[in-house]
Amino acid sequence: MPDENTISRRGLFMKLGILFNSLVATALAVPILGYVASSILRGRGSYLAWLPLGSVNEFPEGETRLATFRNPNAMPADGKTVDTACWVRRVQGEKFQVFAVNCAHLGCPVRWFPQSGLFMCPCHGGVYYRDGSRASGPPERGLFEYPYKVENGLVTIQAGELFTPGASASLLGKKPPCDA
Amino acid sequence: MRRVIAQIGEWFDYRLKLAAPIEEIAGHRVPRSTASWFYVFGSAALTIFILQIVTGIMLAMIYVPSAAEAWNSLQALNHSVMLGWFVRALHGWGSNFMVAVVLIHMVQVFLFGAYKFPRELTWIVGVFLLLMTLGMAFSGQVLRFDQDAYWGLGIGASIASHVPIIGGAAVKLMLGGPIIAGATLSRFFALHVFVIPGLLILFVSVHLLMVLKLGINEWPMPGRIVRRATYEQEYHELTKKDGAPFVPYAIWKDMFFAAFILLAIAACALYFGPFGPSGVPDPTIIQTVPRPDYFFLWLYALLSLLPPSLETPALLIGPVLAIIGLLLLPFLSGEGEKSWRRRPIAVLTVLLIAVILGTFTRLAGIAPWSPHMNAWSGNPVPERFLRKSTALERQGALVFQSKQCRNCHSLGELGGQRGPALDSVAVRLTQDQLIRQVIQGGGNMPAYGKNLNPAETTALVAFLGTLHPAGQLPARDAALEESQAKHGQP
Repeated sequence: MPDENTISRRGLFMKLGILFNSLVATALAVPILGYVASSILRGRGSYLAWLPLGSVNEFPEGETRLATFRNPNAMPADGKTVDTACWVRRVQGEKFQVFAVNCAHLGCPVRWFPQSGLFMCPCHGGVYYRDGSRASGPPERGLFEYPYKVENGLVTIQAGELFTPGASASLLGKKPPCDA
Repeated sequence: MRRVIAQIGEWFDYRLKLAAPIEEIAGHRVPRSTASWFYVFGSAALTIFILQIVTGIMLAMIYVPSAAEAWNSLQALNHSVMLGWFVRALHGWGSNFMVAVVLIHMVQVFLFGAYKFPRELTWIVGVFLLLMTLGMAFSGQVLRFDQDAYWGLGIGASIASHVPIIGGAAVKLMLGGPIIAGATLSRFFALHVFVIPGLLILFVSVHLLMVLKLGINEWPMPGRIVRRATYEQEYHELTKKDGAPFVPYAIWKDMFFAAFILLAIAACALYFGPFGPSGVPDPTIIQTVPRPDYFFLWLYALLSLLPPSLETPALLIGPVLAIIGLLLLPFLSGEGEKSWRRRPIAVLTVLLIAVILGTFTRLAGIAPWSPHMNAWSGNPVPERFLRKSTALERQGALVFQSKQCRNCHSLGELGGQRGPALDSVAVRLTQDQLIRQVIQGGGNMPAYGKNLNPAETTALVAFLGTLHPAGQLPARDAALEESQAKHGQP
């Protein structure tokens, strides 16, 4: 038995073996963790894009219509999931509001009722006015709005990200303007 | 013949050396009191888990984990592949039964004080097993890639986004990208098929090993107190004095119950068939009313009933506190009385939680908070409300329907229940109050001021004013009448 302060040849090699393995494991962990976190680390610029919804004339003034667009970066395995709907409200002339269909409460698809001028959510009963502001129910804010611009007679929105009511949404979603 | 089999057996055991440990496990002595029908839920959960593994592997032979193909492959399983519907139904019903049996097992363990010394770690591992079971239930619902799954993911992402600071990153990690798409389904497939089952097998093994090493919890007797210093000796004496070998003394009840549960799952599968899939997961189809599977219905109710300001803290802090509470339980009451007869608070806690979960689940079945999206066009105003009514009042009934009031307010039991039923609203509100409520909203009702012209409002209020039971007068403003009488106004 060697005493406590000496180390045997084999004991040293075992410790070196542990050290060697730890180094290799660390070196491998970096790319593996990078792969796992790739969806987080990807910059927003890499997936947000300006997408045309259609000609201005397709949206009558004062009305709200459903429009669909295909998300940028669609992959073959995505199937239908990359087709997204949004509510387009042509306020007047080239002034638009483009709302996400996702309720600002938990993301269920809201439906537009032109007769009463309200968006209603089928899940927990969130209701919004025609300008997207919150009318009643559990949502804490108005509907999410896509940034839009009108170019060459086309309504174009910046999209590519799911709106969620927490931190990520506030970066993109402008507060709906108040009509009153 | 028998000798040949024995020889083959010996040949294998000479190399495997498994007969002795198996005999030891089978013959280990358990307290006679544990050969009870109350002690069968753990083994039943294990049996269902094995069923889930077997049926899961079978489904994976046909299922395509791609957002483009998953729904079609489920249709193929339901309609084209021979008995595919039955395997899907077994797996779906198996998951429902597994959540239920795991919960019953947990309640039994809690009420019988089985989490106390020295079985604290068995309980803690069990808490993780419960969480993994729920994780399997949710990820399994995602793999049934239909409309409910798609919007359910959106709800999950919305909840995750509320986590402070890392909310945005958590959403992207969960979805595998900025939107719900192919990568989302693939990662839930990896979780459901590899990650969580692997962990489950590991944790179930540790859980079982501890049950064997520490011995199964004896039937709790009121007044028999657990003390760290003496418990293990007492347990040892109990199994010696009043014990019996696990096989066959106790195991036959486990076997009967396991077979009964499997039969029940098969019967449900045969009778009710597989779950879904509901509509195609196409996010441009917004005419959908997403609903969670039954084990998350209570959460659905909670999310509707909490006031908005409390929702985020309750969602983020509630589960953390609940899990910490469950994990700390064996440390907070690791000793003392085991019997439920002497633990009134424990019994009341279980009853309270059961009543809350039961009520919320029941409420979520009715979902009174959801507007009925088609009531305005689908449910006509009952005839009795229109008898003897004037032209103005009938016009008001039209306004009532066409402005979607019916989506939230019922008449004659039909329509939404988000707002109060209006069958006798005229008894509760005077004409002025009705006008104010319609124009300004309030009390969780939108203001209709901008969406009704004065003529429509007049007609609507005239109609609402007729809604009172026969023989009961509508509400009137006594002060107004008084002042009108005094000043001689009409």
